[in-house]
Amino acid sequence: MLKIKDLSVSVHGKIIIEGLNLEVNEGEVHAIMGPNGSGKSTLASVIAGRELFTVESGEITYLGQNLFDMPAEERAREGIFMGFQYPVEIPGVSIANFMRTALNEKRKHLGLEPLTGAEFLKLMEEKKKMVDIHSKLTNRAVNEGFSGGEKKKNEIFQMALLEPRLAILDETDSGLDIDALKVVANGVNKLKREDNATIVITHYQRLLDYIVPDFVHVLYDGRIIRSGPKELAMELEEKGYDWIKQEK
Amino acid sequence: MDTVHTTLLKDRLLELYQQEQEAIRGKATPFVNRLRKHAFSRFRENGFPETNQENWRFTDLTPLLNTEFVFDFSNQSRHMDVDKIFTCDVYDLDTFSITLLNGWFVYKHAPLTQLPDGTIIGSLAKAMEVYPELVDRYYGKAVKTETHTLAALNTAFVQDGLFIYVPEGVKVEKPIQLINIVNTEYPVFLQPRHLVIAENNAELTLVHCDHSLTHNISFTNTVMETYAGEGAAVSHYKIQNKGRNSALVTSNFFHQDASSRLYSNIITLNGGFTKNILDVAIAGTGCRSEHYGLYLVDSNQHVDNQLYIDHREHSCYSNQLYKGILDDEATAVFSGKVMVQRHSQQTEAHQNNHNILLTDEARANTQPHLEIYADDVKCSHGATVGQLDPEAMFYMRSRGLCERSARQLMMIAFAGEVVSEIKIDALRERIQHMVEKRLKGELSICDQCMLHCNSKEPTTFNIDPGKL
Repeated sequence: MLKIKDLSVSVHGKIIIEGLNLEVNEGEVHAIMGPNGSGKSTLASVIAGRELFTVESGEITYLGQNLFDMPAEERAREGIFMGFQYPVEIPGVSIANFMRTALNEKRKHLGLEPLTGAEFLKLMEEKKKMVDIHSKLTNRAVNEGFSGGEKKKNEIFQMALLEPRLAILDETDSGLDIDALKVVANGVNKLKREDNATIVITHYQRLLDYIVPDFVHVLYDGRIIRSGPKELAMELEEKGYDWIKQEK
Repeated sequence: MDTVHTTLLKDRLLELYQQEQEAIRGKATPFVNRLRKHAFSRFRENGFPETNQENWRFTDLTPLLNTEFVFDFSNQSRHMDVDKIFTCDVYDLDTFSITLLNGWFVYKHAPLTQLPDGTIIGSLAKAMEVYPELVDRYYGKAVKTETHTLAALNTAFVQDGLFIYVPEGVKVEKPIQLINIVNTEYPVFLQPRHLVIAENNAELTLVHCDHSLTHNISFTNTVMETYAGEGAAVSHYKIQNKGRNSALVTSNFFHQDASSRLYSNIITLNGGFTKNILDVAIAGTGCRSEHYGLYLVDSNQHVDNQLYIDHREHSCYSNQLYKGILDDEATAVFSGKVMVQRHSQQTEAHQNNHNILLTDEARANTQPHLEIYADDVKCSHGATVGQLDPEAMFYMRSRGLCERSARQLMMIAFAGEVVSEIKIDALRERIQHMVEKRLKGELSICDQCMLHCNSKEPTTFNIDPGKL
């Protein structure tokens, strides 16, 4: 589904990712772990299409297409979803209005009829239940005045509505208490299907108690220095990142 | 050269004042004529405002005055059937509707209507004949002809406009809608004058629509004075949707007595040249004074909002929120001043102006200003001129929205802060709809506005979010 080959990325002339390789297939859950500043968030942003970064070399294909030919919105419509580490507040724009526009632009792209207001509201209620959101979150402006937990739940809610093929969750667990963490993890697990894939970016092993990965990768200094099964995460938690750094 | 032409127009007005004295005076009261004479001297001394004056620094009238205007001192439109040229299409808005055509009150049924509760609504010219004492008691008291030369000019030439009188304790349930239409074959210079009186504990809502049905050049120099007696509540909505050759200067003078509530909301959707002056004298304690404005301008449109809130008494609250979106080479000016006089303790006053510029050529000049002489007050002001948040833009795009949709949603949300302050449901929904259309580039001045016009070809203006 996603193939990253020899990717090097810089921002303002500084290399952040250097010669990174990664392959993600349908039905898989990958965890990318690593210390602060190792390039985790940059990787997520580059896949999502943020223009801030310069791709120095390498390629990314998604479902056989060159990802760099597609602007961010087209990637989203083709099924890529990024859960933001810091979801942005958009004053005055209601979540309902925002997501209805997003969903209908995606449907248009796929040659489907737009959802009517009533159809959308029904879908929204279904998805709210699915991800255990009971509040009136959806009538409020996007992320405006939300607590950290509400913001992350809202990301998962958006993910449920958009039903991505490839979801990248950028430190979705950061700043969450255990209850919010469970809500987020449950949402992700419920949304898992045979034909979609998830990349979970995290600093801590904690989230991986709830979202069980098929593969764990350790990112350090812009490179994946180690890949392994889910036990690798446990080992990392136990021994810390220094252990890997020294091995390197 | 321009100065020469301006002088020409001034000279012409001075001449006309003498020549047309009889027609201009009409049946005005001796008091109104006395003020006329005085105001005329002021205008003769001061002439038109110039850009070396603080309040006109960024708003240059000179090019607008460079036209051979036609003046109409006798009412030609009195018997015109306005229903034939337009109907207002705000659904579910049940109003007491009146029309001014080219500055003159249109006698639809009667020049003055007295409702059973004593409320009087109608033509100012007629009110001067029928209720001279009432007119004289209020007329001109709040208008500052010494410092506002255009208000002086209007006072010198005053003939007709809207007159509203709401007696003590009467609450007028239906909004009073004033539709101000300019429709002429030739360039006109118009000076309507409105007088609105809400006696103690009276309540009224005025919806004031400025509209032009013509692409001809027009200059409208309006003065409106409004009195809110003790405990009175006055709401004033103004919707401006004018052609690009229209120039509209409105000087609004408000006087608030103790415990009165004043609310204004000015929505400028289109207009070649628009200047709104709001001068509010808070002359009693315990008043509330709230003022909102939204301007959406493009091409080379210019809009200027100048507010002066004078806290003359203690324990009053005032708030100003003006927001604008500017495209192309459009320009906007906001100058807001809050004056808190020495003994006006416990004043709470807020003032905010926010602008979004869609192009490098668009310009917004904003000057929030507080002048405080009391020490126990709570005042704040803020102004921003900027572009849409790029982080929010990326966030929205990452959900599949194209840049255009993302911008539209953000702009509609930006404008929504002012629109949501409209307290009449039907009007708010209609304005919201118009603002959305305007921001999607679908609003024409003739087709999709408050008034529906069949006879003229529509002019569309387009705020194009793709240009950011």
